[in-house]
Amino acid sequence: MTDQLTPPAQAPAEGPEIDAELLRELVAHLRQAGTALREEWTRRITEAQLLSVMTPDEIFSEVTAVYDNYVDALESGSVEALEAYAKNLSERIIPRGVETHEVLGVVLLLRDVLARSLFEKYQDDRALLNRVLDAYEPAANRIAVTVSVSFVEERERVIRQQQVAIRELSTPVLKVRDQLLILPIIGALDTARARQLTEQLLHGIRENRAKFVVIDITGVPAIDMQVANHLVQAVRASGLMGARVIITGLSAEIAQTLVNIGLDLSMMQSVGDLQGGIEEAERQLRYAVTRTGDEPRNGES
Amino acid sequence: MTVSILKQREYLIASIQSNLTDTEVVALRDALIAEVIRHRARGVIVDVALLDVIDSFVSRSLTTVARTNRMRGARTVVVGIQPAVAAAMSQFGLQLDGIETALDLEAGLELLDA
Repeated sequence: MTDQLTPPAQAPAEGPEIDAELLRELVAHLRQAGTALREEWTRRITEAQLLSVMTPDEIFSEVTAVYDNYVDALESGSVEALEAYAKNLSERIIPRGVETHEVLGVVLLLRDVLARSLFEKYQDDRALLNRVLDAYEPAANRIAVTVSVSFVEERERVIRQQQVAIRELSTPVLKVRDQLLILPIIGALDTARARQLTEQLLHGIRENRAKFVVIDITGVPAIDMQVANHLVQAVRASGLMGARVIITGLSAEIAQTLVNIGLDLSMMQSVGDLQGGIEEAERQLRYAVTRTGDEPRNGES
Repeated sequence: MTVSILKQREYLIASIQSNLTDTEVVALRDALIAEVIRHRARGVIVDVALLDVIDSFVSRSLTTVARTNRMRGARTVVVGIQPAVAAAMSQFGLQLDGIETALDLEAGLELLDA
């Protein structure tokens, strides 16, 4: 695994060739001192209490893999392999709750550890040290950016995926009786969600031949003008399809907001809670709900 | 005219088969108002299930039919508005004031019977 330092084939020239030469020397040094530097890195990660959700063994094995990939990337100048590894690593650690600051911290620590080792090695020759750092810094920065960006991109991908999943799950249209649907809304309503909700509601009405819909907004923390208008539109559209809407679960705050906005809710019926809404709809649909257990017992006593 | 008006019991049923020009809409409006008296109808059902657009002119004409007929003792029910049409209408603020609505022809007949 240790590369022998290749002696310069020709007299060092000015320009990028020198840098390439130095970079090779640098890579060789990092490989030689690999074990010690990895241990130092692991120690500093633990000291800084980063990656606290992972066990020391796990940290060490990831550190080893990242370190090797890092040095390879320094050597080849290509970050593709490292990018792939960083993505794969992110996929594994994001579900365990590793935060962005931890990943950034870990990457920067590695940069520190390596830079320090270079200082030590070249401290007697300041001119050489400067040139080594000139070669090392841009490559190291590029790698740090790659790893961090991979992590953040992976996080964003996970978030987007979850948003889609939440959106799909968030507006169930449920049939509770013939011709009676309930639509419980949980969480904040934005324009996109309100539009999707209207669409699902209208299709639900047609599929179930519903005459009444109870929309329960107990789980909605707040409503603004725009969302209130969307709700009104959903109610109107339902009306055009022959279904009446009862709104339930308006919190005191939301009710006050609606009053302050000056929105006219006279076209929709509202009842205090979901139970009341269902009972009202049942009454208008002429359902009578009775407890079967009560009668025999009353008859006996 | 592409809309035929059928008499079923004491109701008139107009089933619109395709998108109408404004002239055809006017003709349908006038026919629905005239036929109600001729047939002594108690209710009028307009089935718009095949329309994929209901614009302001159609909405206003239907509203006129409903108001006129109400003064002459007949109810008007519009049936079969598609979900996408309903969403668009409410979004653009088109309202069918004073008109009853039902899911489809069957629900409309039920509504008039009740």
